[in-house]
Amino acid sequence: MSVSDDELVQQDAWSQLRRHTAARIALGRCGNAAPTAALLDFRLGHAAARDAVHVPLDFEELQRAVQKLTALSVLQLHSDARDRAEYLRRPDLGAKPDQASAALLRRAATADACDLALVAADGLSAAALTQNLLPLLQILLPKIRRAGLRLAPFCLVAQGRVAIGDHVGAALNTRLTAVLIGERPGLSSHNSLGVYLTHNARPGVGNDKRNCISNIRPEGLSHEAAAEKLMYLIGESLRRGVSGVALKDTQSVDAGGRLRD
Amino acid sequence: MAYKRSIGVHTYIFDTLADLLARATPLRSGDVLAGVAARSELERVAAQMVLADLPLREIIATDLIPAEIDEVTRLIGETHDAAAFRRIPATTVGDFRNWLLLDTTTGAILRDIARGITPEMAAAVSKIMRNQDLIAVAAKIRNVTAFRTTIGQAGRLAVRLQPNDPVDSPRGIAAQIVDGLCYGCGDAVIGINPAGDNPAQVAALLHMLDEIRRQYDIPTQSCVLTHVTTTIEAIERGVPVDLVFQSIGGSQAVNDSFGVNISLLREAHDAAGQLRRGTVGDNCMYFETGQGSALSADAHHGLDQQTIEVRAYGLARAFSPLLVNTVVGFIGPEYLYDGKQITRAGLEDHFCGKLLGLPMGVDVCYTNHAEADQDDMDNLLTLLGVAGCNFVMGVAGADDVMLNYQSTSFHDAMYLRSVLGLRPAPEFERWLIDMGLFNGDLRPMDGPRRAEKLLGMKSL
Repeated sequence: MSVSDDELVQQDAWSQLRRHTAARIALGRCGNAAPTAALLDFRLGHAAARDAVHVPLDFEELQRAVQKLTALSVLQLHSDARDRAEYLRRPDLGAKPDQASAALLRRAATADACDLALVAADGLSAAALTQNLLPLLQILLPKIRRAGLRLAPFCLVAQGRVAIGDHVGAALNTRLTAVLIGERPGLSSHNSLGVYLTHNARPGVGNDKRNCISNIRPEGLSHEAAAEKLMYLIGESLRRGVSGVALKDTQSVDAGGRLRD
Repeated sequence: MAYKRSIGVHTYIFDTLADLLARATPLRSGDVLAGVAARSELERVAAQMVLADLPLREIIATDLIPAEIDEVTRLIGETHDAAAFRRIPATTVGDFRNWLLLDTTTGAILRDIARGITPEMAAAVSKIMRNQDLIAVAAKIRNVTAFRTTIGQAGRLAVRLQPNDPVDSPRGIAAQIVDGLCYGCGDAVIGINPAGDNPAQVAALLHMLDEIRRQYDIPTQSCVLTHVTTTIEAIERGVPVDLVFQSIGGSQAVNDSFGVNISLLREAHDAAGQLRRGTVGDNCMYFETGQGSALSADAHHGLDQQTIEVRAYGLARAFSPLLVNTVVGFIGPEYLYDGKQITRAGLEDHFCGKLLGLPMGVDVCYTNHAEADQDDMDNLLTLLGVAGCNFVMGVAGADDVMLNYQSTSFHDAMYLRSVLGLRPAPEFERWLIDMGLFNGDLRPMDGPRRAEKLLGMKSL
């Protein structure tokens, strides 16, 4: 004799509260445990996040696509971290180019300073790049061109951390460096792209000199909104000659202390 | 003075006590990253053998970070109770382990001599102990603290209800609080990590938590985990502050990186203490720590990450905190690579904190780029329950949607209490029954009207 789900799962009587939050509330229970459906849903989120970290990105395919879209020359770089296992254990190695990439950057250098280098790195989520890079560039590039900014060659970095952009900035002599990088995946956001903008990015620059735009993905901050925000930061940073804390956005809470809801 | 040990034809040499402690530490990625880990398994055991023969007095006499440049070192020296130390009938680290494990070395004795144990002594002995030893000794020690609930008694397990929201939405937070309370969580603290450090927003959250607590007369304490200076400012402005939160580390330099020092912590402690908001006790500090924070701030002075972590506990105990929480798997795989390393670190932190007399809780957690999953968390959670951990985290569905990591869930807390026969804090237990949320056997009451009262929460 079989029993139905309704008889096995003790439902929580406050499921209407789910509309207020993305948190996993009112899951119901079987004994003390989460019901099977909730268990597997969690596991699915974790699997997507794990795959985002570990499934390698097809950089050649991405290079072709970026080249076609932007008509920029695209440099394919690799950090000093040989593989994912080393990348995860040694953040210092992911923050600098390997020998061949450093040589490639030196050859690409020009005498004149560029306004902006765009650097895309896999970071902790390959899915973030495959799903967000092209749509974002599609919106961003025309804005950059309209602003009359001089672009350095586009850099695609495998096993890269944010600070690898400082080596690019130094080698290509850029005023601004924007690193577009896969963020640490969350359980329900395995494909978030982050952008770190640094004025005069050179090795050794502190994290307080970076401005970050986070959670860029279709379900989070839209590509359009992210591009607009980045263009605002680029404009302000070039105008004032700073980035990071000195450029920080103003408050989002009013003087009465009321919360955003 | 260098330390030496020959094994076969090879002689292992350890230049300093810091070097010896680091090489004796069970493998973890953070020590490899720092370049202080043993270079082979044999070297690790050689270091442990040297360490086992090392007199405890030599550890006390050696400053791992010079006192002239480090106020944590000075505090550890000044607060060491030499009389309590003399009551420990062991001269070496190896004998210390043996003595800790004796049946006759009871929890009461360990509590009495706690102030005679320095952080470095605790770290040293933990390095030669097995996981089983760390559990067995910790299980003997009960460090009880109180504010509106009494936390840490034998047979009880408290839970921090952690209702974080990515934009600090009051409704989003309140919805998670209802969920957590219905699952019997929140007796350690209802504590929010705010999305921003903005004082007005922090004040609004503190008012909201206080209102919820008063609306239902919940015997618990609230906390917004913001920087200590923001909390001091809130106290000055008359905002209802129960607990002062701060992240701390085991060197002056790492605390500098957190923007705190001993005098600032003292100021905060005194300010909160003067409010006298506790009803059954006056422990008003909530500290968080975690292995790896010193290295990530480049403030580790060549120490291994576990030793410097225990020094943070030496700092914490100067403030008689209500809660000390080691956030063990949050920092990432470059410090603790996988489930095995996270498990070991969690047990070490819990044991060392308990030994020093602290009310230890553990955020049993992991990030998605670590080699760990729910099974590893189940294991560590269960081990900590057996070890007599004071409190763990409760996060809806184990998924913190603000901090983007996985901790333990409200369900996990019920599981642990159920399989080990652990009960909530006594004041909170009565409230759960009076509210009709749980029956006298501490099983959740069933039925559609169970949460009816809580659904009238003003913030919803």
